[in-house]
Amino acid sequence: MNATSTLQDLRVAVTGGTSGLGLALVRALHAHRARVAFVARGAGRVHRVAAELPGAHGIVGDIANKLDTHRLALQINAALGGLDVLINNASSLGPVPLAPLADTECEALADALATNLIGPFRLTKALLGSLSASAREHPGRAALVVNIGSDAAVTPYPGWGAYGASKAALLHLSRIWSEELAEHGVRVLSFDPGDMDTPLHALAVPDADPASLKRPADSARELLARIATELAA
Amino acid sequence: MKPARHPIQRPRDAKLLVVSPTGLLQYSPRSELAQFLRPGDLLVANDAATLPASLDGIHLRSGSPIEVRLAGRRSLAVDDLREFCAVVFGPGDHRTRTEDRAAPAPLRAGDALTLGPLKARVLRLLDHPRLVALAFEGTPDDIWAGIAKHGKPVQYAHVHEPLALWDVWTRVAALPVAFEPPSAGFVLDWQLLHSLKERGIAFATLTHAAGLSSTGDAALDARLPFDEPYHLPQATVDAIAAARRRGGRVIALGTTVTRALEHAASRGPLRAGDGLADQKLSATSTLRIVDAIVSGTHEPGTSHYELLRAFASDAVLARADAALIANGYRTHEFGDSVLIERGAARQGNAALARNAATRPVPMATKETSTSTPATRATQLRCAGSTTCWESKKTTPSLRP
Repeated sequence: MNATSTLQDLRVAVTGGTSGLGLALVRALHAHRARVAFVARGAGRVHRVAAELPGAHGIVGDIANKLDTHRLALQINAALGGLDVLINNASSLGPVPLAPLADTECEALADALATNLIGPFRLTKALLGSLSASAREHPGRAALVVNIGSDAAVTPYPGWGAYGASKAALLHLSRIWSEELAEHGVRVLSFDPGDMDTPLHALAVPDADPASLKRPADSARELLARIATELAA
Repeated sequence: MKPARHPIQRPRDAKLLVVSPTGLLQYSPRSELAQFLRPGDLLVANDAATLPASLDGIHLRSGSPIEVRLAGRRSLAVDDLREFCAVVFGPGDHRTRTEDRAAPAPLRAGDALTLGPLKARVLRLLDHPRLVALAFEGTPDDIWAGIAKHGKPVQYAHVHEPLALWDVWTRVAALPVAFEPPSAGFVLDWQLLHSLKERGIAFATLTHAAGLSSTGDAALDARLPFDEPYHLPQATVDAIAAARRRGGRVIALGTTVTRALEHAASRGPLRAGDGLADQKLSATSTLRIVDAIVSGTHEPGTSHYELLRAFASDAVLARADAALIANGYRTHEFGDSVLIERGAARQGNAALARNAATRPVPMATKETSTSTPATRATQLRCAGSTTCWESKKTTPSLRP
């Protein structure tokens, strides 16, 4: 599979694009000459990454904030002139340090759901117009939504309640939405990147040996290969 | 007609008035719209997302408040957004009827405006005190971010509560290029799109920069709609040809779709690409593509109503108006809808159009980004004879 030829000029948006897997995805997409817009909360980091990658569009906003949803969708559509692939990558761990569910404040669970479930739901919904337009304008090529998952969505790891429950909900949302949107040419995927050496993982497991963890760039490469395969399918 | 005052795109009690080609009227809940479309038909919607095109700020030279309503742009290109045509108002907001809004402080070319995080400069006064060309400072990304952060949807006094972007984006909203919502598209939701597929009714989109529907000034309103750039995708050209081949009708969802398709068709065989709709459709217009329109309810005297006269005779429209009023239909962007089939009374148009329909529609092989329409788009006239993008001898000098 020649990922570059498939990804070149593809219009891709990545949330949580200034650290961890998101940053690795933005860099890899840029290297493949895709057209990239990325979203993150911190203006400073957004501008630094945009400066590092000429042509990439940095957008400041918080996907967990309902008021930001359409502002972000507007800027993504404007930056790329439409959208072919949305990668909902921004994630929240929930309580830090990790806590048993019985010690998790309900606000912390709500925060995790806002970032990991409701945020991706809202942003995807606001961008379905451009995603379905992409599918209509490229007969035979689906538009894609990729929701970044986790094995914590499937395996009940003690201490990962807020994160695991929110990712489990996102996984099921992806499956249902993919069924509903298939007739409109939009596919919704889940992708489990594995245990990576990222800021989120460091929050969860501060004493983990980085050498035992995947590099985000490797997970990014795997995801782009998957995207290239899906687009060619 | 009474205005719809609440920003609900699909009220449960929304109504539809169906006007048949012979002028017969039928009353229906709007939720049954799909039942009035036939297998083989094609529904075409405008997928433009609506900009938060109202920007309030300060006119620096006078220090006085100003509201800028973005109203025109020469193309749809996302990186070509430094210059806009705009309608300007003095202090106040949407709660005052536009007709009653104060004029802004007298503007001169070169005047600076701060609009929240955005900085703009008056490039030219156009030929009306409320119409200017202005340019934003910064990169396209900066300007988009500033508009996204600071802008509000253009709204009018009949809706009291402040509109959010989600109130004015249709379910299929994509490229943010409309200055007001293509509100006929409010009828769409994914359930309806699913029903259309189930019933063998095709769906396609184009992107048309729907402009302001009112400025509050009679002279300016008489010139609406301003010139509006649009993009017609190849897939939509193909879908129209396919509908024609199978004998289906082309149904335009809204006046903007009608304007774009008929503009594109006025230049010869329908081709994909960019264009600038600068024509006004009215009773004397020939409809070459659109067989029926689904639209909001419009009142006589508006440019939208003028466009409906291309579909039905004045006698039929007058009966429809009376029926809308008698049956409590609501008007404006969140109001009820009409479905008007091109009338038997429009004999001339219908015959012409039928001829057009039986002509094979040649396929354009490539999008015509460098063709005549795109070139013309660089000379957008915002309204009537007003040239927005080129200096004219009437342009005031920078010196007083």
